[in-house]
This record gives sequence, C-alpha cells and structure tokens, in this order.
Amino acid sequence: MLRTIFEEFLAIFVDDIRFAVSIIAWIAIAGLALPLMVNPTWQGLLLGLGLLIILAESAWRRARA
Amino acid sequence: MDINWAHIGPTVLASFLASLVEFVEALTVVLAVGVTRGWRGAIAGTVLALLVLLVMTAALGPALTLIPLAIVQLAVGGLLVLFGLRWLRKAILRSAGIIPLHDEAAAFAKETSLLRSMGGLTRGWDRIAVATSFKITMLEGVEVVFIVIAMGAGGSGLLIPAAMGALVALLLVVVLGLVVHRPLSRIPENTLKFGVGVLLSGFGTFWVGEGIGVQWPGADWSVLGLVAAFLLVALASVPACRRNA
Repeated sequence: MLRTIFEEFLAIFVDDIRFAVSIIAWIAIAGLALPLMVNPTWQGLLLGLGLLIILAESAWRRARA
Repeated sequence: MDINWAHIGPTVLASFLASLVEFVEALTVVLAVGVTRGWRGAIAGTVLALLVLLVMTAALGPALTLIPLAIVQLAVGGLLVLFGLRWLRKAILRSAGIIPLHDEAAAFAKETSLLRSMGGLTRGWDRIAVATSFKITMLEGVEVVFIVIAMGAGGSGLLIPAAMGALVALLLVVVLGLVVHRPLSRIPENTLKFGVGVLLSGFGTFWVGEGIGVQWPGADWSVLGLVAAFLLVALASVPACRRNA
C-alpha cells in the first residue's frame, strides 16, 4: 500500500515524460543560461513565456495525436 | 519577500479549490465503502488517514523553514509548476473534448461493484473497508498535503492560510457528503481543476523566479499577472485543441 501511495504521489507531477522534461529543462535554462544574456526582469518574463509555450504546444500536440 | 494580500488571497483560494477536488474524489470511494461494507470501517479508515496526513503537514511544513528560502522556492516552485501545468493541460484537453471528463457517479458505481464482489463481510471490523478508505484518503490527501505545504512554503505566514483553505474544503465535503449521501457528481470538477491549474502554475512560476533571482515587474503583484497569462493561454488553447483533434 505504501508503494502504491508513493507511486501515485510521483504521478501527480509527471504523467507525460516529454512535457515534464520540457518544463524542467526550461526552468534550468532560465536559471543558468538566461542570466548571461538578459537582465533579471527579462529573465522572469522569458521564464513565464517559455512555460506558457510549453503548455500550449503540449496540449495542442496531444490533441493531434 | 513581504507577504500581503497578493499572496494570502490566492493561496487560500488555490488551497481550498485543489483540496475540494481531491476530497470529492475521496468521498466517492468512502461512500462506496460505507454503502457496501459498512460505515464503521469506512469512517475508521478515513479518520486514521486524516490523522496521518495532519501529522505529515505539521511536521513537514515547519521543517521547510530550516532550509534557505531561495532553495525552497526553487524546488517547491518547480514541483508546483509540474503539478499545476499537468492539471491545467488535462483540464484543457477535457474542455476540448479530447479526453473524457471525470465522472464521479460512474466511479462510485464501479467502486461499489468491486467492493461487493470481494465478499467476506463480517460483523466486526471489516479490514477491506478500513484499508480501502485509508488508502483513498491517503492517496488524495497526500496531494492536499503537498499543495498546502507548497503554497505555505513560498514565504513566512502562508502555511496557516493554506491549511485553513484545505480545512474548509474538508469540512464542506464532509457536510455535503452527510447531507447528500451520494457522490458529489454535480460539482464542476474540470472547471475547478482548470482554475487550480492556473493558480498553481502562476504561483509556481513566480516562486521558481524568486528562487533563481528574477526581478519580477511589480514585485509580488506580478503573481496575479502570471495567473492571468496562464488563464488566457489556457482558454485560448481549448478551441485550438478542439480544431486540431
């Protein structure tokens, strides 16, 4: 039972591997690479914009599948 | 980061709405257990799970204050983004008709059928009743605990409002369950998940930003801008997904 609960807990964060990896990768890029290219205000806006694009693209791709 | 109504209001709302969804799903199974295998076991399993969840929240919530805030915001924010965007993506697809809506009545029927088929009813404590109620309350409750702790970890003074939101949701579901004595299938679950997904995605993005040193325009009030942006994109995605199906 504990294993089931643990597996279910992990599943609340990831049910589409590609979607989850895209999100984590973009957060990593926003944290590590963007500060080298843009100021902190643009960094935040791009962080948000990137996540919005990932959301829309993933939903749209799933709808086409 | 100062805590103000820009955070407390949405924190309570997100915690309440998310908890409402989870407790409604748990209620469906607990009702099925009570109807088929007896209320003593159903209530005992549920109460036991709630006590475990309460201890988890009481222990984990304050424990996070021992970790540097930036690390907590990045880690918890990241998890909130994963959780929120997952819920929001599914809500978009359900709204567009790509995947079916969750049907509490059907879930209740399926659960009662399964529980009846198990047999082995006894006059004393029904282990299946206790175990099933405990398991479903823990499964749904762990998500509530995560949301409460995550929303509360964003800054000092937010854990109590987040916990209050969850507690109000629990009380509401219990009262409705006692009154209606049926699965709460008329609650617009997908609409709630859509809203919660928007809120958690916005908050999660804000805290990830805080954790990586972003300077948000408008400071704490930018969380509302993020929430609005996720809402607009999600709403626009519904017809787009429908057209592409």
